[in-house]
Amino acid sequence: MALDTVAIATANPETTQPFAELGLKPDEYARIKEILGRRPTSSELAMYSVMWSEHCSYKSSKVHLKQFGDKAVKTDALLVGIGENAGVVDVGQGYAVTFKIESHNHPSFIEPYQGAATGVGGIVRDILTMGARPIAVMDPLRFGPADHPDTRRVLPGVIAGVGGYGNCLGLPNIGGEVVFDQTYLGNPLVNALCVGVMKHSDIKLAKAAGAGNLVVLYGAKTGGDGIGGVSVLASETFESTGPAKRPAVQVGDPFVEKVLIECSLEIFAEDLVVGIQDLGGAGLSCATSELASGGSGGMKVELDRVPLRDATLSPEEILMSESQERMCAIVEPKHINRFLEICKKWDVTVTVIGEVTDGDRLEITWHGDLIVDVPPRTVAHDGPVYNRPFAKPDYIDRVNAEIVDVALPKTADEIKAAVLKLAATPNLADKSWVTSQYDRYVQGNTIQSQPDDSGMVRIDEKTHLGVAVATDANANWSYLNPYEGAKLALAEAARNIATAGAKPLAVTNCLNFGSPEDPGVMWQFAESVRGLADGCLEMGLPVTGGNVSFYNQTGAVAILPTPVIGVLGVIDDVRTRTPMSFDKAGLDLYLLGETKADIAGSEWAYIHGQRGGSSPIADLQREMRLIEVLVAGRTEKIFTAAHDLSQGGLSATLTEMILRHNVGAKVTLENIGVALISETPGRVVVAVDPNQASALTALANKHSIAITKIGSTGGDALEINDAKISLTELRKAHTETFPKLFG
Amino acid sequence: MKVGVVTFPGTLDDRDAARAATHAGTTAVSLWHGDADLKGVDAVILPGGFSYGDYLRCGAISRFAPVMEKIIDAANGGMPLLGICNGFQVLCEAHLLPGALTRNHELHFLCRDQKLEITSNTTAWTSSYQVGQEIVIPLKNGEGSFQCDDATLAKLEGEGRIIARYVGENPNGSRNKIAGITNERGNVVGLMPHPEHAIDTLTGPTADGLGFFTSVLSAMVK
Repeated sequence: MALDTVAIATANPETTQPFAELGLKPDEYARIKEILGRRPTSSELAMYSVMWSEHCSYKSSKVHLKQFGDKAVKTDALLVGIGENAGVVDVGQGYAVTFKIESHNHPSFIEPYQGAATGVGGIVRDILTMGARPIAVMDPLRFGPADHPDTRRVLPGVIAGVGGYGNCLGLPNIGGEVVFDQTYLGNPLVNALCVGVMKHSDIKLAKAAGAGNLVVLYGAKTGGDGIGGVSVLASETFESTGPAKRPAVQVGDPFVEKVLIECSLEIFAEDLVVGIQDLGGAGLSCATSELASGGSGGMKVELDRVPLRDATLSPEEILMSESQERMCAIVEPKHINRFLEICKKWDVTVTVIGEVTDGDRLEITWHGDLIVDVPPRTVAHDGPVYNRPFAKPDYIDRVNAEIVDVALPKTADEIKAAVLKLAATPNLADKSWVTSQYDRYVQGNTIQSQPDDSGMVRIDEKTHLGVAVATDANANWSYLNPYEGAKLALAEAARNIATAGAKPLAVTNCLNFGSPEDPGVMWQFAESVRGLADGCLEMGLPVTGGNVSFYNQTGAVAILPTPVIGVLGVIDDVRTRTPMSFDKAGLDLYLLGETKADIAGSEWAYIHGQRGGSSPIADLQREMRLIEVLVAGRTEKIFTAAHDLSQGGLSATLTEMILRHNVGAKVTLENIGVALISETPGRVVVAVDPNQASALTALANKHSIAITKIGSTGGDALEINDAKISLTELRKAHTETFPKLFG
Repeated sequence: MKVGVVTFPGTLDDRDAARAATHAGTTAVSLWHGDADLKGVDAVILPGGFSYGDYLRCGAISRFAPVMEKIIDAANGGMPLLGICNGFQVLCEAHLLPGALTRNHELHFLCRDQKLEITSNTTAWTSSYQVGQEIVIPLKNGEGSFQCDDATLAKLEGEGRIIARYVGENPNGSRNKIAGITNERGNVVGLMPHPEHAIDTLTGPTADGLGFFTSVLSAMVK
């Protein structure tokens, strides 16, 4: 194809251009022409098409996401908010922590290993870009039915990809989720979270300020992989008969990323950059336009200088390529020699590709010919905004009116069968088959990891300061009531931080939904955002950033609304954390919180094929009082162990607690079916030494949290009323599910 | 007493190894793969990771690093040298230890708390342990299955050069459940599991791994 330059575009305004194939709508194409006052060159069209894609421009979600700003919590803890690569919060002692979740759903369905691997790689670079050393990753995952043949194709590849990439980067994997549901069969969810830490003074931003400063591309060479990944893959639904879109999936090289991390941290330590941006979705199009609009707007780039893996790539392909492991820095000329030296030390390819100008245009040339001449803000920030129609879908009133009709266990035999069934069901079974493929020890600071309620890492070896992170979503509840579902997921993630005694501090999110072109899906999304924004405001937790993944839909089947909420907490001394389980007999077990008949949306209902009913209503005031109890219980040294109740109710919580250290328990419960199975939110089981009984009661009363003594620890079985389940049979049920399915 | 910890491109557990060495009372010194300079250290650790991405045979490129020439000379002269995981693989590629580490028999990367039996305490790195002592330290690798020919195996067994074996189920298919071996002189040790991740119960499953680092301190004092 002949080179299309600005001069040619101006001279030939009527040339037909393939905007529709690139995912642009006719009115969007018209708008580009209006901005430029001429038709775009093919390179400009490529840039606008990827940057105005749903994935990059948030065009369908923007009007709703605004609420996170409108309802923002006033807090000094937020150092960098929404809009940068990742939000940054103050955790004290001069440390700042950055964390974020992103989705890599579509690529992971097409090519599970590389899709998942590059998902980890991308979020790690976002964290690095803020100036932070990445210190841990987590991976909330969702798949189709566990016994479906396609799940057997997708799941092992995704796990191996998350592990293969993260392990090779030297990042401990400290938690995540593995959840199965029919609706994820054609649309698995692969979300990846990364946490990083830095000193306040080391925060870096994506801006290209200062005329004459150099634009430096470093890291991997640019190849033909992932061309149009965001626009082609993540912004469209899958059609059952469509062509394979494998070439749009990126291919990762974790070794290059590991070296890139160390090289970048050395560059940051010497304060050699003015601004920095990683190359992720939309590649160079994104990095150059965002950096330029972060500054005064002027930048010149010589695209032919970009080092290539494939010399035949066209300028359009280079601009759209999503080749991994690349970074773009803005460097003052006086620092460039040192910058190049550090890259040489780490054998990192580095090229000066342009410079910041005092104009307001992003100008890109190809062997001297001008092929892009645009106002960068129009590419990066002024994309289309859609007020997509949304309406409550018909199913809501119908399912909410359904009465959940499942038998609850009553007799000793039924109790035993229910506990074993819940212990073994894929959503609740032991996930060691997954987590043993991840390195949780590297860096030597991991305090908690799966199956703990939250992941926890130490960030200072001398003061013992640490952070905890948990991610949660309850799509069953979100399906019944997306507004409450988002709030309940927030409450659960915060509770999972607090059970260890850490204090929740900030929120990130990854909002996974079906097609925004379906008004019902759009309503689920709008309600979820409203719920999350209201919930964060009520709990006083700032939203630091997030990610939206639409088009998780195959044909007419959308996934369950799945807002994954990540909460970050801080703990002043990791040595004093409350563990999730007990390792000795003779402790008393108490249930904090009230149990109601919340069977709708529960795991028990799901196992019995029932999806109807009404979700619980979140009581965030009570959740906040419970958090107070959990934090105080740690600092006042009242608790020996604390574990959250969520999916699978008390049955699952007790199973996990006693199997952790192989110490049994005996509990006595009234209204046994509901007590064992219900998933009423806002509940925690704590184990305390009997001499702490009065302190515990006083603490719970002070914060108006209901407290019930349910039993004590010891023995080699889980005894519930008249039922007795030996640890051996319980362990067998809990641990053999995954090896049998995926071994 | 100074213990050098080598960083190759792709090394991951260098800071952990340095922390463990410091914890045991030695002074940790960073060594860079590209510098043929041991900075006057008394012992060296080759830590875990994926040097050069391990895209070729694990450790196959690292053995040619400039720092390795100095390390090989020093080890041949009796300097204590410990290779952990990827470091063990480098030692085999450098022919300081016999055999090779191959893909785990179940083909997955495996991270778990592993019980080991110490089977020799006459090396520079195991003198703090009793023979027969059982310890639990993390195991984490994709290619940890120790393989060698029958003659080498017989020689290693006959000369008491197996320093630790896996207890219970064989986690990776290693011959004779071998977790670690030493050279004839007892100064060079290769170990697949990670003692540097078990120096306290806050961050590790136990503090059982510290013995490797206190052992070398005693060896250096002698």
